[in-house]
Amino acid sequence: MPTYAAILYSSRDADWTAPEEGPVMAEYGAFSQVAGPAVTGGAALFPTSTATTVRVQGGKGGDVLTTDGPFAEAKEVLSGFFLLDAPDLDAAIALAAQIPAAWDGAVELRPVIPMAG
Amino acid sequence: MTSAGQQQAAQRLADVVRDEGRRVLATLARTTGSLTVAEDAVADAVETALRRWPVTGVPDEPRAWLTTVARNKALDTLRREAARVGKEADAVEVAALNAPEGPPEASVVRDDLLRLVFTCCHPALQVEAQVALALRTVCGLATADVARLLVLPEATVAKRLTRAKQKIAVAGIPYRVPDAEDLPARLTAVATVVHLVFTAGHSGGETLVRPQLCDEALRLARLLVELMPDESSLQGLLALMLLTDARRATRTDADGRLLTLAEQDRSRWDADAIAEGARLVEAALRRSRLGAGRFELQAAIAACHACAPSLEQTDWADVVALYDALLRVEDTPVVRLNRAVAVGELAGPAAGLAALEAVGGLGRLHLWHACRAELLARLDRRGEAVAAWQQALDCRPSPPEEDFIRRRLAGTTG
Repeated sequence: MPTYAAILYSSRDADWTAPEEGPVMAEYGAFSQVAGPAVTGGAALFPTSTATTVRVQGGKGGDVLTTDGPFAEAKEVLSGFFLLDAPDLDAAIALAAQIPAAWDGAVELRPVIPMAG
Repeated sequence: MTSAGQQQAAQRLADVVRDEGRRVLATLARTTGSLTVAEDAVADAVETALRRWPVTGVPDEPRAWLTTVARNKALDTLRREAARVGKEADAVEVAALNAPEGPPEASVVRDDLLRLVFTCCHPALQVEAQVALALRTVCGLATADVARLLVLPEATVAKRLTRAKQKIAVAGIPYRVPDAEDLPARLTAVATVVHLVFTAGHSGGETLVRPQLCDEALRLARLLVELMPDESSLQGLLALMLLTDARRATRTDADGRLLTLAEQDRSRWDADAIAEGARLVEAALRRSRLGAGRFELQAAIAACHACAPSLEQTDWADVVALYDALLRVEDTPVVRLNRAVAVGELAGPAAGLAALEAVGGLGRLHLWHACRAELLARLDRRGEAVAAWQQALDCRPSPPEEDFIRRRLAGTTG
C-alpha cells in the first residue's frame, strides 16, 4: 500500500498551541479519529516566526548561512504534515479532503518513495 | 510475398491494432498495474506481428495472438524488475499474471476499457495530459499521430505522456470505475475530454477541420455510450458531435472558405448522422427529464438546427427556450452570446442586439464583435457595423475566420 505525505498549507500563520486554536485542534483530533490507522505519522509546526532557514554555500562542508524565517514567503504557510497509508490516490484524496487545512488553505499529496529495508 | 500482399498484411495489422490493440492494452494495464509496462509490451507484440504476419499470414484470432505475446513480454519486464529490486511479493503477482488464460471475455475487456478511460481522465492529471493520454491509450494512436492531431511538437506530447504515466504509476491513480457518488463528477471530466478532442478537430489549427480528430472523438463517445448506456450526458455528447459533424462537408466552400449557417447547402448535410443524433437527443432528454445537463441541451439545440429545412424555418422559439434551460446549468458569457443570436432570429435584430450588448466580458472574443457587426448591418447601421468588424479582426481570429470576417466587412462597406 502506498504511503502519501499530506503536506498542509494554512491560510493563517497561526500558533496552534494558543488556547484560541483549541477548536481547530479539536477538528484535527476528529480527523485522526476518522482516519485511524491510515495515519502513520505527522506533526503540527510552530509558526514561521520561529523558523530558521539553513544553507551551505560552496558545497558540502562550506559556509553555513542561516536566515531568520521560512524558506519561501507565501500567502499560504506550511503548517504541518501527515503520513497517510492509502490503497490508491482516490482513497488518499478522500482522506485529505477531511483534513481541516483543506478548507483553510490546501493539502498537497505527494507519494512517498519506499525505502528498502 | 508480393509487396501488395505485404501492404495488405500491414493494413490488416494496423486495423487489428487499432480495434484490438487498445483492448489488449486496457486489460494488460489492469493485470500489470502499469500503463508503461503494458504499452511497451503491446508495442513489442505489434512489432513482432508486423515482422511475422507478412510471412506466416494473419492468425485466425489476432487478438488472442497479440494478448499472449504482449502478456509474455510484460511478464519478462516485471520479472526483471522484481529481480532487480529483490521484491518477492511482486514476483507472486507476476506468477498470477502468468496463469495460462485465453483472451479475456468481452465483458472483461469492456470493463478494462472503462477503467482505462477513467484513469486517463482522472482529475489529478492536467486536462492537456488527459486529452493526449486518451488519444494515445484509449484510441490507440501513435505518439506522432497524437502530436500531429493536437498540432504540438512530438517531443512535447511524448514528455506530457511520460509525465502522466509516471504520475499514474507513482501517485497510485487507480484503474477503476469511480463509486456511484463520485461518478457524476468524474463522468463530466470524461465527457469534457472527449468534447475537447472533438472541438480541437473542429475548430483548431490552420485548417478549419481536422477530420481524424473528430472521428476519434466520435469513436470515443460511441465507446462510452456502449460502455455506459444509461448515462444521458454521454448520449447527449455523442448526439451533439454527430449533429455538428453532419455539417462538416458544408462548413466551407470549394476554396476552403467558411460559410454561415444560412449559406450552407443543407441537402449535403449527412442525413444518417442527423437521424442518429436526433434519436439520441430524444432518448437523452427522455432519460434526463428535468435534469438535462449541458451536453443534452446543446445537442437538442444542434438538433433544432440540423432538422430545420431552412434557416428561416428553424424553430427559434424552441432554440431560445433551450438556451434558457442551458443557462440554468451553464451560465457563461458564450452561452449568453449564442442565446442573443437566437433572440435576434426570433424577435428581430434590435432585440438580438440588446441581448448581445447585455452580455459582459466578451470584449476580447472576435465572435462577440462579429455577431454584433452582423446585427448592426441588418439594422442598416453600417458605420457601426464596419467598426465592429474591425474590432473582431483586432481579436486575432484563426485564418479561416479572419478571411470570413474580411469578406463580410467588404460586403458591408461595398
